[in-house]
Amino acid sequence: MALSERDKVSGHMTTGHEWNGIKELNTPVPRVVYIFLISATIFSVTWTILMPSWPGINDYFRGLLGADQQAEVRQSVAEGVAERSSWTDAIVDEDFTTIRADPSLMQTVRETGKMLFAENCAACHGAEGLGNPGFPNIIQAPTMWGDDPATIMETIRVGINSAHDETRYGQMLAFGRDQMLPLSDVDRVVTYVQTLSDPAIATADNAEDIGEGATIFADNCAACHGETGTGMQETGAPNLTDQYWIYGGDRSSIRHTVYYGRQGLMPTWEGRLTPAYIKLLALYVADLRTAAK
Amino acid sequence: MFGLHYNLERNAIGLVLAIVVVAGIGGFIEIAPLFTIDETVEQDADMRVYTPLEVAGRNIYIREGCYACHSQMIRTLRDDVDRYGPYSLAVESQYDHPMLWGSKRTGPDLARVGDKYSDAWNTAHLNNPRDLVPESKMPAYRWLLRNELKTEDLGLHLAALRKVGVPYTDEMIANASIDAYAQANPDTNDAPALAERYGDATHIRMFDGDGARLTEMDALVAYLQVLGKMTDAAYQPDLPEAQ
Repeated sequence: MALSERDKVSGHMTTGHEWNGIKELNTPVPRVVYIFLISATIFSVTWTILMPSWPGINDYFRGLLGADQQAEVRQSVAEGVAERSSWTDAIVDEDFTTIRADPSLMQTVRETGKMLFAENCAACHGAEGLGNPGFPNIIQAPTMWGDDPATIMETIRVGINSAHDETRYGQMLAFGRDQMLPLSDVDRVVTYVQTLSDPAIATADNAEDIGEGATIFADNCAACHGETGTGMQETGAPNLTDQYWIYGGDRSSIRHTVYYGRQGLMPTWEGRLTPAYIKLLALYVADLRTAAK
Repeated sequence: MFGLHYNLERNAIGLVLAIVVVAGIGGFIEIAPLFTIDETVEQDADMRVYTPLEVAGRNIYIREGCYACHSQMIRTLRDDVDRYGPYSLAVESQYDHPMLWGSKRTGPDLARVGDKYSDAWNTAHLNNPRDLVPESKMPAYRWLLRNELKTEDLGLHLAALRKVGVPYTDEMIANASIDAYAQANPDTNDAPALAERYGDATHIRMFDGDGARLTEMDALVAYLQVLGKMTDAAYQPDLPEAQ
């Protein structure tokens, strides 16, 4: 290794390495790098003293500033609740008629309701609430449990066939699978049910089937769906005479429903949503239903 | 001080030793918080363990890479808490090996998705998300309904989890495969024993709507339906940390 020497042009030392007369400069690291390194080190050590950091034997050092993310978020959530209380209080305290007559409050219901609906309800009922196969249209179709906001609120609160103790309970029995009706009767009653919403199904050929289907319907189905098949809000049984179907209105879907039964589940939202939000969603849905009429 | 570094660079053995020391400091700082983990994880005596079917579902969740798009941790931020519910606690992932907190949210956080939607919705949505949410970009996992669930090795999975601290009993491990079937078939004679082993809060039902077959869909939906439901610790804000 050749000895290092001072380079005449730059004034810096060389490393002492030489390749065909070219020598490598040993330029010192710029001072600003040292300054940055030292100040960053000082900052990090200070930060560990201010914030929770060093582990001990039984505990850890909590930091001089007493920072606690959980306490911070609890406070910031509480602030949010306080900010919203200007209108959540009104939603909780006022009755439905008063709120619906208050344009500024309804403006809040529509804006906040849209977000709440998108986050919690749209997955099943669709972004516009128009339903999906297996999940009812809650904007245009007749309601199963009742049309007024108080009933809608109760459904959101306890759910249907849900884990809630007071859940609404509704079940379409499996008339075919559980052998309550012979297969031929299942087919006849399906034909009759089709005629309820689509009278064009009835022809001279199937008049006998439809007549027998009507008797089977009266004996087995009318208790829940009503004598005319328009549904009953006490049982939550849907209207069979309109064009809205939860599980499909074609023959094979209806037959599947009669044969295997149905037991849709609407989760309970109590605990997940605050009472104010549940009421707000009921108002939002009722408002959309009114607008759709 | 910097002259020391200059000289160190010229001494191979000394430089290697110095690198080991400096890297050791970095390693120590990463490991040190684990020394006090018993003091930082909340205690909850009622914390449930995953049933064999839920463990199988969790394995499918990992296999399909769900964690790449869904986190399972509600952060201590107001927006997160307002949208998803109480922030996640360490105790809630106490029996998660490996944890699936994630840091990427292409889809929503799933830490409290349990019981948020019905089994029928979860099944239809996993089968093809666009059947229910037209604008969804989540892939369709159609094979979950087709594939029979492999259950014969579930006892081994439970035994492995016990090795890393999940309190499974010998009885749970011995009955793992039977319990997996029983959980998705409420009418079997084995269901009461399952509820006795894992608690009355255990969901016992046909998750994919078909009682005749035990599919991967059963397992994954069973797992999704307990997320955030293993303990109610997060709903008790001042749960004491162990001391």
